[in-house]
Amino acid sequence: MPAVSKGDGMRGLAVFISDIRNCKSKEAEIKRINKELANIRSKFKGDKALDGYSKKKYVCKLLFIFLLGHDIDFGHMEAVNLLSSNKYTEKQIGYLFISVLVNSNSELIRLINNAIKNDLSSRNPTFMCLALHCIANVGSREMAEAFAGEIPRILVAGDTMDSVKQSAALCLLRLYKTSPDLVLMGEWTSRVVHLLNDQHMGVVTAAISLITCLSQKNPDEFKTCVSLAVSRLSRIVSSASTDLQDYTYYFVPAPWLSCKLLRLLQCYPPPEDGAVKGRLVECLETILNKAQEPPKSKKVQHSNAKNAILFEAISLIIHYDSEPNLLVRACNQLGQFLQHRETNLRYLALESMCTLASSEFSHEAVKTHIETVINALKTERDVSVRQRAADLLYAMCDRSNAKQIVAEMLSYLETADYSIREEMVLKVAILAEKYAVDYSWYVDTILNLIRIAGDYVSEEVWYRVIQIVINRDDVQGYAAKTVFEALQAPACHENMVKVGGYILGEFGNLIAGDPRSSPLVQFNLLHSKFHLCSVPTRALLLSAYIKFINLFPETKSTIQEVLRSDSQIRNSDVELQQRAVEYLKLSSIASTDVLATVLEEMPPFPERESSILAKLKKKKGPGAVSVNELEEGKREAGELNGGGERGGDSSAISTPSPSADLLGLRAGHPVTAAAPSAGSLLVDVFSETGFIHYGRLMLLIFLRTHERTITKPVPFLAVPACLSASHTLLSLALRFVCKNNGVLFENQLLQIGIKSEYRQNLGRIYLFYGNKTSVQFVTFTTTLNVQSKPVEPLIEGGAQVQQVINIECLTDFSDAPLLNIKFRYGGALQNLTLKLPVTINKFFQPTEMASHDFFQRWKQLSQPQQEAQKIFKASHAMDTEVLKAKLLGLGMALLENVDPNPENFVCAGVIQSKAQQVGSLLRLEPNAQAQMYRLTVRSSKDTVSKRLCELLAEQF
Amino acid sequence: MIKAILIFNNHGKPRMSKFYEHYTEDTEQQIIRETFHLVSKRDENICNFLEGGLLIGGSDNKLIYRHYATLYFVFCVDSSESELGILDLIQVFVETLDKCFENVCELDLIFHVDKVHNILAEMVMGGMVLETNMSEIITQVEAQGKMEKSEVRAAPLSYLLEF
Repeated sequence: MPAVSKGDGMRGLAVFISDIRNCKSKEAEIKRINKELANIRSKFKGDKALDGYSKKKYVCKLLFIFLLGHDIDFGHMEAVNLLSSNKYTEKQIGYLFISVLVNSNSELIRLINNAIKNDLSSRNPTFMCLALHCIANVGSREMAEAFAGEIPRILVAGDTMDSVKQSAALCLLRLYKTSPDLVLMGEWTSRVVHLLNDQHMGVVTAAISLITCLSQKNPDEFKTCVSLAVSRLSRIVSSASTDLQDYTYYFVPAPWLSCKLLRLLQCYPPPEDGAVKGRLVECLETILNKAQEPPKSKKVQHSNAKNAILFEAISLIIHYDSEPNLLVRACNQLGQFLQHRETNLRYLALESMCTLASSEFSHEAVKTHIETVINALKTERDVSVRQRAADLLYAMCDRSNAKQIVAEMLSYLETADYSIREEMVLKVAILAEKYAVDYSWYVDTILNLIRIAGDYVSEEVWYRVIQIVINRDDVQGYAAKTVFEALQAPACHENMVKVGGYILGEFGNLIAGDPRSSPLVQFNLLHSKFHLCSVPTRALLLSAYIKFINLFPETKSTIQEVLRSDSQIRNSDVELQQRAVEYLKLSSIASTDVLATVLEEMPPFPERESSILAKLKKKKGPGAVSVNELEEGKREAGELNGGGERGGDSSAISTPSPSADLLGLRAGHPVTAAAPSAGSLLVDVFSETGFIHYGRLMLLIFLRTHERTITKPVPFLAVPACLSASHTLLSLALRFVCKNNGVLFENQLLQIGIKSEYRQNLGRIYLFYGNKTSVQFVTFTTTLNVQSKPVEPLIEGGAQVQQVINIECLTDFSDAPLLNIKFRYGGALQNLTLKLPVTINKFFQPTEMASHDFFQRWKQLSQPQQEAQKIFKASHAMDTEVLKAKLLGLGMALLENVDPNPENFVCAGVIQSKAQQVGSLLRLEPNAQAQMYRLTVRSSKDTVSKRLCELLAEQF
Repeated sequence: MIKAILIFNNHGKPRMSKFYEHYTEDTEQQIIRETFHLVSKRDENICNFLEGGLLIGGSDNKLIYRHYATLYFVFCVDSSESELGILDLIQVFVETLDKCFENVCELDLIFHVDKVHNILAEMVMGGMVLETNMSEIITQVEAQGKMEKSEVRAAPLSYLLEF
């Protein structure tokens, strides 16, 4: 008998649906729907009270209209009314409407909660289930507040029907996920764990999801579930295929539950109790054995179910990573699947093997399948499968097979799907670097990468190849020769031009002996690409040109000619124009010695963790890259440059701190000679010029500061000029915690504007000193308590001069550098001390993470000194958008959907300093009623937590 | 956890959608379109898993789908679910629909979307699996059907004629 007979529904509804289906056009459909909506609206608003049946019918129509993809903005109230009906059909439609259409922020929740409360206490199992479903579907905080206490009671009560228990378990799980603080398991823990022993398999099925989630969050409290899960699993696995009756699916006993039990066990290490462990190993062996038995049915469902269990068992074996015997069997089993005719199995086998490859017991066994995997990469029709094959090749790569794998991946890249190219490029780049024994191979690989997939080669990749070439003098000549050849191609990618420009600028002399690559030929080759490139690349090329003047004096006049041309010296782009002007000047006034000093070859970069690896990790998202890979990455990165192959650069510091290395490139090489001074900040005045070494830049800066006096009219103010006392304006700096630009200081004479930008552990501050008067400021000097460079000593009335300050954060700090400004205005000495608004948060790198990761990290930082907390009164209006903007300005990532309470804000970020990285998490809980905030900061360093807390307490 | 369950036909017309995480209506419609786009361009007989679309979480989530005649059944799940297990679950869902509607076809889903939701609710709740045993699910649905019938019978005859 059909359970749902087609005739007895609502006739009006069926007619309406038919009407819609008969509509010939979208317009006709919309017209029909609007007509219906108007009809329903009038019925709902009409004087005649509607009976339950009509309400149900109209609500059902609304639901249908909604499911067609149209907006519904009324009917909620009628749906809520249906909840209190004592007719099942009416109640059920009401709940359905609410489950589908009401979101957790609705104002109706209170009314809905009342109806739910009644149904939960009705003792009618059907009504109770409807109510529990509704809670699980909406899952709002208000619902958690109202029912989190009640539901555990229903779940464990002896007289609760099985079907209600099932619903209660999942309902509780949902509430726990949305509001973990409200679901207190304490007294129920043991009874909930014992649901694993329940007679009714459905109850176990529902309960196991709840227990798994709770175990992940509180592993210690729930660890008794391990032995119960093992015995349950063992009973299922050893049962005959008919024992479990309805829970047997195509001759496989309880496959879903088996999978879930195996997943639950993956939350824990191998059982300590020998007997439990023995029983579990027996189960796993049985599962592996069954895979070899002939199938009991030819149906795909049978093999599906059987293999679902098998894959979970293999995951558990890999998770334990302690039974070499089982690991090898698992690997053999997966090896069989690699050639299975079912695509699904090949996919899953590749995926599981990826994790298996990182186990030391099975790495070698996995490697034996390399040919099959390469074949999969080449021949699989399905991109999902090819992607898994590429992942596995990456995972199984080591020194012995790197050349083969990299070659295969490169050739795959030529035809790879666009969606996975960037990731493939990163992987190839990492493998090439990790396993490079022969650096000419490395250079070839990366240049090939740029040639094949230039668009997908990110900055990190080409920065990295340059770092490596600079750090290894045995490969420099080869690199120069190879890029020179690569640049010969008529159409070469801009990234190739960048690499080419940099490398020839540094090492072009190594190949200049060959007349085919004489200095002028090199220059002409580079310059032939110039006009096709973007501004940053052109800027880089200009720097390469000035380096050429130093390397090859014979090119000087040609290059000066180029620099002097209108297209350079009058270029509309400020950066290009400035470079052209400065380089031209430098090349004409500086003596050869000075030139040679300024433009000397870049010194080796300090060795840090590969920025590419960091990028891949970021791309894959937290958790996606296994710890193994991370560790391995560090180890290998150390090997690459610190290894014994060459002693020359072993002075390079090899503390692998995971920070992108492009910094080294962008701002030249940070000086190590300057002593870290007060506030641990190295502040210096110099300007960016691409790859010209910092230490030799003084001359350039000198040139620059003397050339740039920007005259800009400032509104004139008549001022009594008597501000001779020394002003110490320290607190002003606090205004810049959450923003980077603005007016730092202003009085009647002087306005100081600030513009600052930060990247990783480096920052640059532009200070604009504006003379608001009509009179000159003379003997204008600024002194930083750290280190100072002269600024233009004279500011004309109404003019503005600019000063650039570059900053590197060496370690965390709490005192900002002081800037002292002195000048004479009409004879009176003005003295001003300002705190530069450099605060620790400026060096935040935002970190996006999912809720789960956030709380896990939050937990990890639970030592008392790692946390700083402040409760303080709001000093501004508590506007959500303003708060968000401020938190974003702080520099951390503002994480949505992490805190169960939507009112709260949580942020995560990493402070980048040269010495270390400090991960920080923040939680801000506004209390609108009390106009108070509670701010909690946790970070891996106590001084940082404290300082952040102090800084922020002033901001809201 | 199951993030969403979508049923649409070969032309991408949604026949049922159930989201277990909150999205705006617009996003829901976009997710359906994106998912259809991802799934429909795939050949038959290749694997039934693929990475989720960007809207629903990208590579952290998987789409697991089956194609039956004119309909696609797509489950979007996170990494805590067994892929093959979900594939079986889809089969159970479809077999259950088939029993409840006697040879289910696309029209049944159109005219009885509320019942489809009810059947699904017996299997999945808040994104977690409640019951996998088909006869148990059918028993529950039948019990509801009986209640419904008795209530309809009790209603005045005019309701059946009126619109």
